[in-house]
Amino acid sequence: MSAVLAEAAVARVERRPGALGQFTRNRVAVFGAVLFGVIAVIALLAPVLPLANPDHTDLANRMAPPFSRHALLGTDQLGRDMLSRVVWGTRVSLVVGVVAAFLAATIGSTIGILAAYYGRFVDIALMRGIDMLMAFPYLLLALAIVAALGPSLTHAMIAIVIVNVPFFARSVRGVTVGMRRADFMAAARLSGQSSAQIIAFELFPNVLPVVVVTASTSIGWMILETAGLSFLGLGAQPPMADLGGMLGDGRNLLEVAPHVATIPGIAILLIAVGVNLLGDGVRDILDPRLKSGGLARIRPATEVASRADRMARLPQTGRAEGALLELRGLETRFRIGRSVWQAVNQVDMVVHPGEAIGIVGESGSGKTVTALSILGLVASPPGRIEGGEILFNGEDLLGLQTPRLRAIRGDRIAYVFQDPLTTLNPVQPVGAQVVEALRAHQRLGRKQAWDKAVALLDSVGIPEPGEKAHAYPHEMSGGQRQRIGIAMALANQPDLIVADEPTTALDVTTQARVLKLLADLRRQNAAAMIFISHDFGVVSELCDRIYVMYGGRVVESGRVQDVLNRPAHPYTARLLACVPRIGQGRHRVVPIPGLPPPTNALPNGCAFAPRCSLAIAACRSGEIELGTVGPEHSARCLRSALVLAEGVEGAGAADGGVA
Amino acid sequence: MGSYLIKRLLLLPPVLLGVTVIVFLVMALIPGDPAMAILGTYATPDNLAKVRMELGLNHPLPIRYLFWLDALLHGNLGWSYILHKPVLDEVMSHLGPTMLLAGASLVLCAIVGIPLGIIAAVRQNAWEDKLITVTVLVGVSTPSFWLGMLLILWFAVRLQWMPDGGMHDLFGDGGILDLLTHLALPAITLAAVPAAVLVRLTRTAMLEVMRQDYVRTARAKGVRESRVILRHVFGNALISVIPILGIEAGYVLGGAVYVETVFQWPGIGQMLVNAISTRDILLVQGGVLVVATAYIVINLLTDIAQALLDRRIQTA
Amino acid sequence: MTAPGTASDAAPPVALRSVVREYPGRRPSIFAPRTKLRAVDGVSLDVPRGRTLGIVGESGCGKSTLARMMVGLLPPTEGDILIGGRPVGAYQRRELSRLIQMVFQDPTGSLNPRRTVRRTLEAPLAALRGMNQAARGRRVEELMGLVGLRADFADRYPHEFSGGQSQRIGIARALAAEADILVLDEPVSALDVSVQAQVLALLQDLQRRLGLSYVFISHDLAVVDAVADEVAVMQRGRIVEFGVPDTIFTKPSHAYTRELLASHPGQHKV
Repeated sequence: MSAVLAEAAVARVERRPGALGQFTRNRVAVFGAVLFGVIAVIALLAPVLPLANPDHTDLANRMAPPFSRHALLGTDQLGRDMLSRVVWGTRVSLVVGVVAAFLAATIGSTIGILAAYYGRFVDIALMRGIDMLMAFPYLLLALAIVAALGPSLTHAMIAIVIVNVPFFARSVRGVTVGMRRADFMAAARLSGQSSAQIIAFELFPNVLPVVVVTASTSIGWMILETAGLSFLGLGAQPPMADLGGMLGDGRNLLEVAPHVATIPGIAILLIAVGVNLLGDGVRDILDPRLKSGGLARIRPATEVASRADRMARLPQTGRAEGALLELRGLETRFRIGRSVWQAVNQVDMVVHPGEAIGIVGESGSGKTVTALSILGLVASPPGRIEGGEILFNGEDLLGLQTPRLRAIRGDRIAYVFQDPLTTLNPVQPVGAQVVEALRAHQRLGRKQAWDKAVALLDSVGIPEPGEKAHAYPHEMSGGQRQRIGIAMALANQPDLIVADEPTTALDVTTQARVLKLLADLRRQNAAAMIFISHDFGVVSELCDRIYVMYGGRVVESGRVQDVLNRPAHPYTARLLACVPRIGQGRHRVVPIPGLPPPTNALPNGCAFAPRCSLAIAACRSGEIELGTVGPEHSARCLRSALVLAEGVEGAGAADGGVA
Repeated sequence: MGSYLIKRLLLLPPVLLGVTVIVFLVMALIPGDPAMAILGTYATPDNLAKVRMELGLNHPLPIRYLFWLDALLHGNLGWSYILHKPVLDEVMSHLGPTMLLAGASLVLCAIVGIPLGIIAAVRQNAWEDKLITVTVLVGVSTPSFWLGMLLILWFAVRLQWMPDGGMHDLFGDGGILDLLTHLALPAITLAAVPAAVLVRLTRTAMLEVMRQDYVRTARAKGVRESRVILRHVFGNALISVIPILGIEAGYVLGGAVYVETVFQWPGIGQMLVNAISTRDILLVQGGVLVVATAYIVINLLTDIAQALLDRRIQTA
Repeated sequence: MTAPGTASDAAPPVALRSVVREYPGRRPSIFAPRTKLRAVDGVSLDVPRGRTLGIVGESGCGKSTLARMMVGLLPPTEGDILIGGRPVGAYQRRELSRLIQMVFQDPTGSLNPRRTVRRTLEAPLAALRGMNQAARGRRVEELMGLVGLRADFADRYPHEFSGGQSQRIGIARALAAEADILVLDEPVSALDVSVQAQVLALLQDLQRRLGLSYVFISHDLAVVDAVADEVAVMQRGRIVEFGVPDTIFTKPSHAYTRELLASHPGQHKV
């Protein structure tokens, strides 16, 4: 998904705010940190605070209610000062929680790393042991351990450590196993590093965040569970002040002195809330999935600016006659953090009925976002369509009410996506997914729809379609899965098929067969097609006209043969020149220097100018219009006449590769 | 499915055997003379000799384990010298109430936790989500034994809507309604933490699935949004939610110890706490073993449910 | 850059002799023994000194397994892989790493996300070339220059680089060992078209300047045609056709080679 690409690009270009910066932006986590900090400071200062002796009994003043004289929070059944006992008890809970988390993390992650790194017998021996421990309801195992060792705070802590070790071992082993197969581990071995060096310098820094996340999210549990054992009388022993033990005492006084049970409970609750919020904050920073943009809910349709705003920069003239689809001045942006990515910028495109057009460009050129914008399938947030209109049979698709948009999606305009493994639902049989496409737009009974789906599978060349309709995506080959994708797209005989790199994930021989199928079926259905690819070769096989995109804009368009044989934009020309062709034999490849500009920092003027050997001063400022260079052929370039006349090699000397 | 089932069932005996080893080893941790520990105040020379014989204390540890395992396989979990009855009988008489409580909590946890998780995900960052998030945070931070006390204080002591403990009314048999009123507070108490955890994880799973390409495919097909959410998003999120239910079953079985203590629910948890305080070691051992076995069976069921839902697991 | 004494100049830098690699497959039923999958099935090839052997094939044909065996990351099940005339298994890890290195397909996956480029490049300099701190610092600068990156980029982390830049770093790491042979496993497949050309040009320059021998593995016939002196076509673990590119790409004799050629996009309307 291009949104993901855009996010990845952010990481490259903008230096990320530091961990502390991220944390302080998370107000909830800061609240947790402050709460936890205050509690920790009070607990640590317990010996120097002006508190009563927590163990001093005063039977004359027992069960005094809160706000009594001399006892702000009252006294317990032995007349001991509740405030003092809560503070000292908090101290015990925090120390136990931190120590237990540290021990469990150290032991568990050592087991996890060793099991994953050495694999085989070491793995089996260690992890089967861990599995056995996990076969117990974990509190129960802790209880059994304390029962055997005898009640005491230390024993309770040991028990809590033992039952938490498996969680660390498992999650650390999980990430380590994934990492063991990573190429950088193989590279480290090829670099001549020893096993100890690899574990210490390559593995450990990558595992550490997982350990910290697991520890920070489980420390709250450990505090609660240790308190629980004390509550049962198995942890801290009287007269030690301990929150769990205090609750145990308070249980018998519920009716006469509820504060004896309520106050330590509130203390535990506050500690746990502080620790948990802090832990979540730490997790958000260290967990890479949450880092990039967060797990934002994606809306059913892309957010679209109001029509007035969209049309503000659009000339009121020049709608194309008889067009099936027309994009006019389309602008799609991504707002990520403080930067705005102009993924699609002032794009005009026309598709006539039954026509096949190609969009060619490199990653980040905006080709996929353009295609997804048509039916509002750009992920929102962070995507937003901010300019232009998309006319389908004269109706503006942008800003349609959901039911109307849904009526067009999959019915009049259908998509074929790139990677069929991720674009098919893994837990639904493929036949059912085709049925779903049919029944979304046609009144069909279950049986009827199923039969029709099987017929569709047959038409896309799935052998034994009746059987295969019951198969799940993972049971099929890549080529077959993409045939399912094509069957779904054709289910309602659409007027337009949008195919987004449909064969990029496939092997060449499979690609050839799938392309042939797609081309044949499209002609049979007399559907128009937008075909998106990075590969000029593929596009030239299928399409009538071609749009070349760079930096979010169309830089050249025209009939396929014109653009390929007589490119008018230096980017097209250079790109065509640097792709090797079969039969050229061994030759020195002449690359385009530099990198495509990130669309959040587009240069003034032509986006290609910094990489272009023909660029002149005028190329670097102002708006450069798409100019006509031949019949149906246009290019956004001030130097296109030169390119057309002399070719890009002739017009400018190829310069050295500067990255 | 057949071969997956067989493979999964073949894993059962080693796990059960491993559990017996751990239980045995834990009990071998007991400092001093186990016979003394087991008998406590009943430690007459006669009894001591008898127990030492039974446990094979004059043999090395591995041999003792085999003796113990042999007895176990014959359904003999030992004799409770404190209660004067076989351990197995005592454990079995408490198993029903614990399973009832645990089952009720688990059902409660699922029917509250999963829908709230879905709502929180679908209404992300709206007030519903924020309310649920705060509730969940308090939920996971509240010790269940304290929550139980608060509920007793309010609903039993102050409002007197519910009984403050026990499983049945002491006087007369109230039937199913009486059982339910006794079950309500403990089941809610026990379900609170796992339900909160379930809400969180369901929400995360939903949000993760919503980013998947196949959800976009469903929308591109023109599928109704409610169906996209329930069928495609929830259908896949469920794959990661079911194993959580398995883990929560373990939490519920363990947490029952607190809740049964607070509400005087006559289950294994309360039995265990009493057994620990009277140092009835064999009873503790038996109780832990039986509950662990029940948990293993529950885990087997959740694994099978997950494999039925996600066929990729069966072929893996 | 000199070849270590163990390698005799007459022998090809890398020689594969009937190399087989099996993986345990699935059990047909739980009681039957596992089947064996032959990822590589009797491959014999010589890598020409100072030149490029191209290996072409589709996914799953065994070309990556072959690559990993050549650099000693996987042992062959049968047959011999000779580096400088000596079997791979007879070398110490570090000895072998001084002779043959590898560049991986996924440019970002082959860099440790939590180490700076400098530390990644210094690891082989210390372990394989025994360089001290100062010498390593100088060499890192040289290496960065060699692959066309600014020397001050060395203190950045992998996520700050584009795919093409990351691949340059991967190449610099392989060069750090001063090995004469590079196994390039789909080195440009994950890159954008214009960046692909940059990396190909860099590899071509390096070969000319340093006299390296390449094993260039790719699914892309045109790319192999542009860089290889000899080409082997691989299908289901076997070499089905071998020859000079001119013959392979203009007068293919094996049916599979012909199918690959016919499938290459951009040759006709479909």
